[in-house]
Amino acid sequence: MESAPPRQTSKKKKSMLITRRVEFSASHRCAVPGWSEEKNRSVFGPDANPFGHGHNYVLEVTLGGKVDPITGMIVDLKDVKTILNREVVDQMDHRYLNAEVPPFDTIVPTAENIAREIWRRLHPHFNSDDVQLRQVRLYETESLYVEYSGE
Amino acid sequence: MKLTSRYMFSASHRLHSHELSEQQNWDTYGRCNNQHGHGHNYSLEVTLAGSPDTLSGLLCDRDQLDRLVEEEILSRVRHVNLNEQVAEFGQLVPTTENVAFVFTSWLKQGWSRHFAKSPVELDRVRIYETRNNRFEIEANEVKQ
Repeated sequence: MESAPPRQTSKKKKSMLITRRVEFSASHRCAVPGWSEEKNRSVFGPDANPFGHGHNYVLEVTLGGKVDPITGMIVDLKDVKTILNREVVDQMDHRYLNAEVPPFDTIVPTAENIAREIWRRLHPHFNSDDVQLRQVRLYETESLYVEYSGE
Repeated sequence: MKLTSRYMFSASHRLHSHELSEQQNWDTYGRCNNQHGHGHNYSLEVTLAGSPDTLSGLLCDRDQLDRLVEEEILSRVRHVNLNEQVAEFGQLVPTTENVAFVFTSWLKQGWSRHFAKSPVELDRVRIYETRNNRFEIEANEVKQ
């Protein structure tokens, strides 16, 4: 009887992606401070409403790394959750981004800019040989999301 | 072009490494180390890559893909205790990283029985452990 084909053992490290999803709700207003009301309306539409408006943001953070041969994990998800909460959720959830969360006092908090800011905050925590930040995907609504990979 | 099909299954597991002490296991896996195990409704996404057939417009036969996944994966893991009832996890800790690896290996081993005559290739496997955690492995990371 033929023996079974050799299988890759658990000892060889394999690359994999892991994605953690979190939600936060925040309000914002998209308007460039130097522009006229009319110009902001024409570029940002209802997002330029001077009183602001809100979204339930959904953030998906993708990390890449090698699977530890003993634990079978790339990274401890508890640690990932702690970092996402500390750097993003605790600071942005139930806030008016323009007024309460720098740098959005000077930068328009579009989904694009929020994703880039989230990348900036998370990148130092996931920048080792073992685990790297690969992508930030931010859903502003269920129908619209942006992706940023640090480019 | 890529085509992804999604499947659901429910199974239990316990994260516990024979190479770690009781305390190390608890420190590493926390609640997932509970000696009685716990379960998830897993969602599995299998992605194939290829070119749609010029006549049929199909990248692959959907029934063939469903049969591949049913026979090679779902029939072995549906409503089971992964640690106790799946040989691969006798030693290998059934973290979802390792589950993704084993599933990819199974698909590659069974591939020729299902897709021998089709130019389509296995591209990647993605598993959602919960709505909030998903794991993805490229097929070329796994030999067989």
